[in-house]
Parts: sequence; structure tokens; C-alpha cells
Amino acid sequence: MFSTTLTGDQFLQAIIETIQMVGVSLFVGSLIGIPFGILLVITRPGGVLENKALYAILNPIINIIRSLPFIILLVAIVPFTRFIVHTSIGTSAAIVPLIIYIAPYIGRLVENSLLEVNPGILEAAEAMGATPFQVIWYFLLPEAVGSLILSLTTATIGLIGATAMAGTVGGGGVGDLAIVYGYQRFDTVVVVATVVILIILVQGIQSLGNTLARKIRRY
Amino acid sequence: MIELKQVSKTFTRKGITIDAVKGIDLKVDKGDIFGVIGYSGAGKSTLIRLVNYLERPTEGQVLVAGRDLGTYNDKELRAAKKNIGMIFQHFNLLESKKVFENVAIPLVLLKKNKNEIRKRVLELLEFVGLSDKAGSYPSELSGGQKQRVGIARALASNPSILLCDEATSALDPQTTHSILQLLKKINAEYNITVMIITHEMSVIQEICNKVAVMEAGRIIEQGSVLDVFGSPKHKTTQNFVKTVIQNSITPSVQKSIKTEPGSVLYKLNFVGESASEPILFEMIRSFDMKVNILFANTTEIQETTLGTVIIQCSGDTAEINNALSFLKRHGVSVEEVESNVFDHINR
Repeated sequence: MFSTTLTGDQFLQAIIETIQMVGVSLFVGSLIGIPFGILLVITRPGGVLENKALYAILNPIINIIRSLPFIILLVAIVPFTRFIVHTSIGTSAAIVPLIIYIAPYIGRLVENSLLEVNPGILEAAEAMGATPFQVIWYFLLPEAVGSLILSLTTATIGLIGATAMAGTVGGGGVGDLAIVYGYQRFDTVVVVATVVILIILVQGIQSLGNTLARKIRRY
Repeated sequence: MIELKQVSKTFTRKGITIDAVKGIDLKVDKGDIFGVIGYSGAGKSTLIRLVNYLERPTEGQVLVAGRDLGTYNDKELRAAKKNIGMIFQHFNLLESKKVFENVAIPLVLLKKNKNEIRKRVLELLEFVGLSDKAGSYPSELSGGQKQRVGIARALASNPSILLCDEATSALDPQTTHSILQLLKKINAEYNITVMIITHEMSVIQEICNKVAVMEAGRIIEQGSVLDVFGSPKHKTTQNFVKTVIQNSITPSVQKSIKTEPGSVLYKLNFVGESASEPILFEMIRSFDMKVNILFANTTEIQETTLGTVIIQCSGDTAEINNALSFLKRHGVSVEEVESNVFDHINR
């Protein structure tokens, strides 16, 4: 019962694949999601650059993508994935849907973080005659940094969960290992090991996020 | 310096329109400390936000330094705002930045160089008495200290106008006093015109030279603080004045007033010099009549003593009239009051 056919190297390989998928999709997803979130906040009614038309386009886009479970999104956009990375299997094929999955999520989280900023501060900025860019750069973002870090932490953990499904397209990673070796081959050790690895990974990321946010907030 | 001409502001939310400010005419001269007082919902917050165009008027004109803000484009308006500092009830400091950086922000927006910013910020912190707090975060400061940071920040761009939106309402009386003294110093040393919104009459009494009383979006009374305090006309104004100056007969005295025929009650207002001279004594000695002092009080406003005395006179009508003209000659304003008026005021 406590024997396994899996080697340590395979475990290591799986962890590296997971980190790769999470890292790349988090990075690209943030590049898309953060500006998206900022746009949502500034174009909303009463925002610094109120723009009803743009807001009316951006907001539903996020809702539509966010309403798809990742496993559905993964298979639904296969043609698009193939167009971007010229393949529909493997780690890089998993990264494309991961980005599309996480970017709107980050956008929404960033929006929430920015909306938490005390409106009085924005009023003070406006009273000082700050340009819309200055309001964002010198007031909105610095005040939201702590909260933004926590948002990205949440996004990262969500991504780790999503990578478990990347196995469907041969993406590899820890989740794939648990399904293919652990579940389908009745290898209990693999299941337990992946559970432990995932717990450690998630705990570590959450603690890191909390510590960073606390350091930056200082209040 | 600031002039509002027939300014109205209407908010529309979900089909419901609210007239926050209606047909306001107001003039604040250079060097004034102009107070606007009113209860919550009177429209005073909207009024002060019209002055720096945080709110745009629905009707009318807002002139600052002689120019209509409505004629500016966005860029010119931003430049004009740098000439108008503003402080807030809840300070609105950046919690993520140190005191130094908070005060520096307006200068950073103006793209000043680092040395210049450093020099100016340290000078401002010195002025508001917070030199030792440059490296602290706002969360480490008391309310009064936070407002001092707010003031330093508002002064950073060398404005000629300072708007104070309930700047002392979140502070205790002691701290309020020190902040008001600081505002007075700013007005005197930098010759900055100050406009203050408040619901506390003591704020007006302590530093303002002019006051406007607001109710339901309109200004119901305005003028020099001395005049408005000396003879408040509107009911709301009287209620505000009453919070800092007692100017009516206490209930127990009032009950015991003997309304004998031929006796009349007079309210005497002594302003400035007339308050410090023995005029009443002279009057009693020179005229043959009975004088009963029912109430007396003195208050200081704008470094001027304001005295209110209510007397009951009985005797020969001609003699009383002579006495009254004697008082008027000595700069005392005399106002006949009916005893039942006090019932009304005291209730």
C-alpha cells in the first residue's frame, strides 16, 4: 500500500511545471488584468475618467469569461490556443487558457482593491489639481498596494487550483500527477504526496502575500 | 477674492432632483477669514466645493481672483486649483506615505526638483510644528497632528486661498483651538484668504471676521461677525449665537419680572469701547428713574468686547427717553423688548 512507482525526479518535474504554468500565466495575466481593473475603476460612473460606453463594454466581458468553469474554457478555446502557440497539448498549451482564465479574475480583484481606497483621498487629489494620470499614479495605486498584493495572492492560489485541470490537455504539473498516477493507477502515495505539496505551496504563497501586504501597509 | 453670483447646484440621482444650493450670492475679500455656518444638510459642503470646482454649478458663476472658473478649460482649471488649498474633516492623507511625502505631493505634481521640495516641505513642517514627525506615518499621529499635516500639504503650492471643510469637527475642543490659532497665523503671516465651513459657532467666534448663515441651500444672513453676533435677525442665527453667547434672561428671573404699568424692557448692546466705560452707572446717576438689571453678559469677538444688558426701566417717560438718547450718544444700541419675547426665546 505504501509503495509507489513514481520517482522523485518525476515529482520535481511536476512541481516545476506547476510553477511554470502559474508563474507565466500570473505574469501575463497581471499585465492584462491590472490595467483592466484600473480601467474599470476610472471609467465607472463617478470615476476619474468616467466613460459609460467603455465601462459598458469592459464589465460584461469580465462577467462572461468569469462565468465559465476553467475546464470548459480550456476545451472551448482550443482553436485559439492552437492559433497562438501552434499546439493544443503540453504546458504551453495550458498557459494560454490559464491566462484567459486569470486575467479577468485579476481585473475584478484589482477593481475591488482600488474601490476600497478612501474616496476622500481622491477628492483631495482633485482639489490639488492632479491630472487623471497623477490621480492614478500618486494616489490610487500607492493607497491600494497592500490590498493589491492580497488580491494577487488570491489570484495565484486560484491559478494553482486551475493548473490541476491542465492535465486534460497534457499540461503536466502536480495536479496531473495526482489524477494520472494517483487516481487512475490507485497509487495512494502519489495522492497523499501531491496533497501535501499543494498544501505547502498554497500556505507558503498565502503567508508570503500576507507578510508583504503587512509590510507595505504599515497601518 | 472669491465671488459667487447667483450660484445654484442641483443634483439628480435616479430621477430625484435635490437643490443643494440655491441662488447664492457671496463675496469673500482678500485677507478675510470667512465662515459659513449651518446645520447638517444646509448645503454648506456643496457650497465650499463649488469654490474650487469640485462641484460645477448648475447655474451662476464662481469667480476666483476675478476670473470665472467656468471659462477655464481642464488644464487651466487644474492650474487654478493649485492656487486654492483645501483641508478636510477627515484629513484625507495618504496612509501609505510618510508625513514628508504627504506634504510633498502637491510639489511632486508640480514637478519641482528634489532639493526644492525638501526645502519647502521642511519649512512647512516647521511652520505647523511637526518637524519631528517628517518620518512618521499618518496612522502614528493624533487627529490634531494629522490636520496639521493636512494644512502643511494645502499650503505647499503657495495658494492664496485656503478652504476648510469642517476642518475641526473631528477634533476635541483643545485641539480645535490650536488648529484655529494656526489658521489665524496662516491668515496673518501669509495673507491667505480663508473660507471655513462649520456647524460650530465657537469656530466662527474664535477666528472669523465675516460669517454667512446657511439654511436649506440658501444664505439667510451674512455680514461681519460682530454685526451678526450683536443682532442676529433670523431664528436659526439666533440659535447659533445662543450656543456661544447667552443673550436672554434666565427663566427664573423671567418668571419674577414684575410687569408694572409704565415699565419697559430694553436690550442694550455695548460694542468695543462703550463696553468698557461706566456708561450705565452714569445713566443711573444722571436720570431720575428706576433701573432694574435683569441680565448682563460680555463676550469677546474679533478682539472686540460685546456686552449685552437687559434692563427694566420705570418712571417718567420723558426721563426714560432722555436716558435712552444718552445711551445712544455713547454708542450703545438700544432695542425695546416686550417681556413675552423672552418666553419665546427661552423656550
